[in-house]
Amino acid sequence: MQSPQIFSFHGGIHPEENKAQSLQLPLGRPSLPSELVLPLGQHIGQASRPLVNVGDRVLKGQIIATNNGFLSSYLHAPTSGTIAGIEERAIAHPSGLSDLCMVLWPDGKEEWTELNPLDNWQAQDATHVLAHLAQMGIVGMGGAGFPTQVKLQGASKSPLTHFIINAAECEPYITADDMLIREKTAELIEGIEILQHLVKADNVVIGIEDNKPTAIAALNALLSERGSEIQVAVVPTKYPSGGEKQLIQLLTGKEVPSGQYPADIGVLCQNVGTCVAVHDAILAGKPLISRFTTLTGDALQAPQNVEVLLGTPITHLLDYADSDETKLHRLVMGGPMMGYTLDSAAVPIVKTSNCILAATKKELPTPNPEQACIRCGMCEQACPASLLPQQLLWFSKSQEHEKAEHYNLFDCIECGACSYVCPSSIPLVQYYRHTKSSIREAREANVKSDLAKQRFEARKARQDAEAAEKEAKRIARQQATAAKASTKATPAEQAEPAKAPAAAAPVSDEAKKLKIDIAIGKTKLKKRQKELLAAQEAEHLEEIQALQLQVTEQETQLAALEARLSKISATPVVPSSAPDASREKAPVNDELKKAKVDVALLGVKIKKLNKQLADTPDDQETKDKIAGFEKDLATVQAIVKKLGTATAPATKAAPENSTAKAPINGDLKKAKVDVALLGVKIKKLNKQLADTPDDQETKDKIAVFEADLATAKATVEKLSVAPAESSTAPSEKTSSNKATTASAPPIADDLKKLKIDTAIAKAAVKKVEKALKKAEEIQAPEADAIRQQLVEAQQRASDLDKALADAVNGTKTTDSTATEAKAEASVPESSAAEAKPSTPAAPANADAAKKRKIDLAIAKAGIKKAEKNIALLKEQGKDEAEITASEWPAKLLEAQTKLAELEAATDAQSQENN
Amino acid sequence: MFTVLLAIGVLLLLALIFGGILGYANVRFHVEGDPIVEQIDALLPQTQCGQCGHPGCRPYAEAIANGEAINHCPPGGQATIQALADLLDVEAVPLDGDHGAESAAKVAVIREDECIGCTKCIQACPVDAILGAAKQMHTVIADECTGCDLCVEPCPVDCIDMVEIGVTAQTWSWEKPQGIAASAINIIATDRQTEVTH
Repeated sequence: MQSPQIFSFHGGIHPEENKAQSLQLPLGRPSLPSELVLPLGQHIGQASRPLVNVGDRVLKGQIIATNNGFLSSYLHAPTSGTIAGIEERAIAHPSGLSDLCMVLWPDGKEEWTELNPLDNWQAQDATHVLAHLAQMGIVGMGGAGFPTQVKLQGASKSPLTHFIINAAECEPYITADDMLIREKTAELIEGIEILQHLVKADNVVIGIEDNKPTAIAALNALLSERGSEIQVAVVPTKYPSGGEKQLIQLLTGKEVPSGQYPADIGVLCQNVGTCVAVHDAILAGKPLISRFTTLTGDALQAPQNVEVLLGTPITHLLDYADSDETKLHRLVMGGPMMGYTLDSAAVPIVKTSNCILAATKKELPTPNPEQACIRCGMCEQACPASLLPQQLLWFSKSQEHEKAEHYNLFDCIECGACSYVCPSSIPLVQYYRHTKSSIREAREANVKSDLAKQRFEARKARQDAEAAEKEAKRIARQQATAAKASTKATPAEQAEPAKAPAAAAPVSDEAKKLKIDIAIGKTKLKKRQKELLAAQEAEHLEEIQALQLQVTEQETQLAALEARLSKISATPVVPSSAPDASREKAPVNDELKKAKVDVALLGVKIKKLNKQLADTPDDQETKDKIAGFEKDLATVQAIVKKLGTATAPATKAAPENSTAKAPINGDLKKAKVDVALLGVKIKKLNKQLADTPDDQETKDKIAVFEADLATAKATVEKLSVAPAESSTAPSEKTSSNKATTASAPPIADDLKKLKIDTAIAKAAVKKVEKALKKAEEIQAPEADAIRQQLVEAQQRASDLDKALADAVNGTKTTDSTATEAKAEASVPESSAAEAKPSTPAAPANADAAKKRKIDLAIAKAGIKKAEKNIALLKEQGKDEAEITASEWPAKLLEAQTKLAELEAATDAQSQENN
Repeated sequence: MFTVLLAIGVLLLLALIFGGILGYANVRFHVEGDPIVEQIDALLPQTQCGQCGHPGCRPYAEAIANGEAINHCPPGGQATIQALADLLDVEAVPLDGDHGAESAAKVAVIREDECIGCTKCIQACPVDAILGAAKQMHTVIADECTGCDLCVEPCPVDCIDMVEIGVTAQTWSWEKPQGIAASAINIIATDRQTEVTH
């Protein structure tokens, strides 16, 4: 077998190897530690998601955390035992921070879960094999921990020229891969064959440094024995030939372009550890639960390689290798070049931990203080990525991120060769790392701010769209009403052509105009009423008559206007009589205005003169002037008073429709507010009750409020129907008519109607009472007539009330038919009231049954609740006396009796029905 | 005389030709909008918090373009001021304390069992990062939250906390090395303890 051609890469260094120490002893297998700590983020990408709970017993190899997205991995229990916690623990990280870990307490039984090897992997579909690898938790074991299935997927997209197995292990001290090759040669080769089956590369090359002769010999022997096509490429020892890009360059002569991946040039690189893990996963069905790790450093008395379970705390390994605490100066995870110092030895071994270096002070001395760069250029000579470390240092120091990026900072593999050769002891790599993370942070912030901007703009667009839609709807509504109004306007035009000249005008304008007209009309009406009152006071008989006429006229106009407005919110026609009325009204109005202006003017003049007087206190002329003005003022004020005083007590002509409507509306509002308030109070008390369930006082309060609420609600109902009826003037008549006629068919509504009628009647009584009061005040002759009306109205109200009460009680005279009810409707109201309940009787039965059922359900629920509470009390270990002392037994009894009653009633009812 | 006239004529001709080209280019490659506002807006942190006194980052960007001070953005902090100063070629000034102090990145967290589902915070959130419906519990989508604080005030039950985003192993970044000035050791005799100025 011919050995493949070896190329070279730029730079590189030759630090002291220090590999012999850890190869003195054979592979060690430390005992089970007392606890295993398994970080959920042992790989690049999303941390795994726990699948087991604290306290669960897990078996060796059982999945304890699943992958959490595409770039993620599974995690398995390294041994059987109990999950003691899922908590924050210190992890092996340069920051020394802690992260979420699963803590497993081994039970020492090493009980395996069921293993599912993929024996027929040759016949399996590649995606199936990859899925199996993913489920076995295989990640790149060279250092980065990149999920292997993702890497293989990426590589299988394009044909590969080279599949390289990285066995170079260039970093000083580390011999884990060397030992792995020696110990598991066959497994390694089989693992490579499986991977080759998946990626089907033209050449399969194992790249290994020439400082591992034993491993090379073992490989060669086995490969020639199997007649394998896998080649072994022995490369000269040079740091960092084990870097992925450097090894690719060594074996293929091709450089991975900046910002690209090896797969882009048709190369796949896998670590030997990964290949062995793949073998275990496919052929033995064993997940990745252990790895080879080098324990080395002068502070250890027995440096060696160990096969260690993941999650084993480093303290346990240090004990195993006989560490000398006094000699230990720095504990490093990884090698001396690319590793990082650990703050604590309590951190666990993870999938990527290839070496624990317990160094003495002599081995890894504190670095010399940083000196100024002397521009010697040695770093440039050493850089394996052909960068300009010096330039990058300047840009990093001055935070010129753009320039640093332009000089390909992100191609730096952080191998530390530049820092190693620097005569000024500048920690170059640290600068690069800092700059890299700053740039990454800035990028992330940029992405986030872009996202925020996007969302902000999307929200704004949405809000604008909503506003536009609302506006469009509003316009559409307007147009709809305009169309309706115009169709209505046509007959109106025909009826009174003189009064409706401009029917086609936009409706909104019409409605507005109409509203304005109504407002004006109302003001005028009020003024007229005032004037009328004044006239009555002055006993000017002619004036009274004229004014009364005007008031009635004004009222009818107003009523007409309001009717129009309420019809379809607008009629395009404004009655021409309205302006007429305003013209009639004008002189009085103007007079008042003029008088008021005079008052104001005189006031100002007097003020001015007073000021003048203050300056020249003896000026007789000014004084005289003031006196004159004051006199004038008095007269004008008198005029104003005359014109503007007095309230408008409506005479018999004062209509109920406009005046009565307002108070009822006010009452309605008030009642609604009361309902809302009571609701809130009850809610509050209920809350309070929840806190202190035994507080009898609160309960009482709630009951009271609930009663109040019921009454308030009834009032609202009453009032809300009242205004509708009150606008039609002689309310008694209409309501009585309604009361009588309403007994016809729609039976379900009858009760409601009756209620409404009662409400209307009551409102009418109130109204008449008010009118009477006013009439009495002005000693109008109609007072007696009004009194008569009042008595009538009261009679009606009481009748209706009675009828309502009867109807509610469900008095039944089922045989009386609708026609009879109608016939009776024409006779006096009292008989109508009697006739009414006859029809609702049938549905009342149904309602009553329903109500009974509901009551039954409530009673049952009450029993259940009481029983539950008693059970709870018993559970709490309270004795009999305490339980009896509590309210629940009483409640239970109460509910039970109620239930019995209700059931008896239901039985009786059903029998009756039968 | 002829040569002089010829020279003038040729120059005139050239001037006209180039003038024509430039005029055409001006029309053909005309840039719409105000690119400086875009550039400023790109530097602002887009928290949309309104601490600068403008309803969002873009209005502030427009205000800066019209001459407002560049130090009114606490979420952006000194870094943003520096970037704006570089862009606009003005002097970087310290953050104006009247608009708030620079603080660590925060994220809103709703104490969910206390939430009454009033949707007030949803309406206040400038980036739609709060999820919920009327009478349903609300929650903050942490990844979308800019930490602008605007949801805290409208909450009637005060169940929103602004929680600092701590450093985790994933978000941790390497510290900058101490540098030369940090070492107080005289390596050679001629080392003097003078301030290092670059």
